[in-house]
Amino acid sequence: MLEKYADLQAAYARLGSGGRNPFSVAFEQMLSPTEAMLNGRPVLLLGTNNYLGLTFERSCIEAAAAALDAEGTGTTGSRIANGTYGRHAALEAQIAGFLGRREAMLFTTGYQANLGVLAGLAGRDDNLLLDADSHASIYDGARLSGARVTRFRHNDPEDLRRRLRILDERAEPTQPGRVPSRNLIVVEGIYSMMGDIAPLAEIAAVRREAGAYLLVDEAHSLGVLGERGRGLVEVAGVEADVDFIVGTFSKSLGGIGGFCASDAPDFGLLRLASRAYMFTASLPSSVVAGVSRALQLVEEQPAPRWRLARNAERLYCGLTAAGFQLGPTVSPIVSIRLPGPEVAMTFWTALLEAGIYVNLALPPATPDSKSLLRTSVSAVHSAAQIDRAVDAIAGIGRTLGLVPGSSAELSAAAD
Amino acid sequence: MSDQADVIVRIASVLGGMADPVAQRAGEIDAETSIVRDLKLDSLAVMDFVMALETEFDTVIPIDALSGVETIGDLARLLQPTLPRPTHAAAGR
Ligand SMILES: Cc1ncc(COP(=O)(O)O)c(C=O)c1O
Repeated sequence: MLEKYADLQAAYARLGSGGRNPFSVAFEQMLSPTEAMLNGRPVLLLGTNNYLGLTFERSCIEAAAAALDAEGTGTTGSRIANGTYGRHAALEAQIAGFLGRREAMLFTTGYQANLGVLAGLAGRDDNLLLDADSHASIYDGARLSGARVTRFRHNDPEDLRRRLRILDERAEPTQPGRVPSRNLIVVEGIYSMMGDIAPLAEIAAVRREAGAYLLVDEAHSLGVLGERGRGLVEVAGVEADVDFIVGTFSKSLGGIGGFCASDAPDFGLLRLASRAYMFTASLPSSVVAGVSRALQLVEEQPAPRWRLARNAERLYCGLTAAGFQLGPTVSPIVSIRLPGPEVAMTFWTALLEAGIYVNLALPPATPDSKSLLRTSVSAVHSAAQIDRAVDAIAGIGRTLGLVPGSSAELSAAAD
Repeated sequence: MSDQADVIVRIASVLGGMADPVAQRAGEIDAETSIVRDLKLDSLAVMDFVMALETEFDTVIPIDALSGVETIGDLARLLQPTLPRPTHAAAGR
């Protein structure tokens, strides 16, 4: 059955021969949000999505443990059949309140939230307009919906406008008794590979002009961006133009799960129409309780967001000064562009040898077939940890001839 | 068929603007060129190629419309729906 993956197998084998294999990394022990044991040695974690460092937050652990004790290990069923607990409804109300929306729906992962929401919202007669760099869960949900799907150029409101114009010219008049065809635009807050940010105010303007709907996936921006941590929608000040907000609990909130929040009338109908909501088990109480406490912390404490922004700046500036080519925006995701997969693999291996774990991101999982070292910071990284990482990355970059060496080294090399 | 030739010239110019090594094959394409076998574009590269074509031809090609596309000739017909269908491939498509 698996013969069709011969090319994949060959690519994987080539990777393995260059050094340690990124897919075989298994941490023996997590020491903290920023350190783990790997092969008997502590490594600095600079490639997680633990933006606020909440995975080890005492009060989240205690809330989760208490719920585990009180309500058991699992719900054993789906929300719609046999798995809705009071805690699910309470967390939905908390999210809706936090985002200032009428209603929120929980999903068991962020991936399933996109699958369930896109497939639930869009149908055969609708158009989905996806940013070209969208996450796999958005593409998969779009495909499952059966809608006509087009990709617009990454972060390009003009291309989006052009496409909406053409789709509008092609639209056939709605037959009596049939529902009109709708256009749904899908973008992300912070893009997970390059750390760049959607031009949301411009996109919202296109949405208004075209009478379309807009969904923003705040997977990497919830709790990260915005004075109140409400994400890019808050920063851009376009809450009224955003119809659906999707997010995940697996990154800044340090748990697992996903959600969609909206003011749409009858939004709750999705509970009866979204298969990724209906046909999978609901989140266990322990997770719900931990996430609920984490969200409360996001609401109450802006300081970790400030620290995160400072850390992001420190890493981005350090790597820029060292001469690396990074993404266009300072954000907690800082990706280094490298000339090809082999160099990226060598670099990644050398960094791990130096006790620093980052993410190796290779085509086809990356935009424009780039080879990337993806790093990300947490609010709980110390300045010393970030400086150590920058020094190590710069040192390896110089050794590999990817960035200019210091003048002392250059003259030594010339001798 | 000169309409089709014109469209293929424009497709070739878009291909020429893409990253090597694909760009180097731009001069060799004709209606029979297979996008996957001859140009060796993977599924993601095909989508990026199509996005560039959509700009050049000021059109929109929904992703599902690509499922029946194998050759440059198929693409040309998607971009210019008035082009005649080739007789040899008419069956089975
Ligand atoms: C933009 C985006 N959406 C959705 C997801 C899926 O979230 P989860 O890992 O919680 O399923 C991710 C991350 O994996 C993501 O980056």
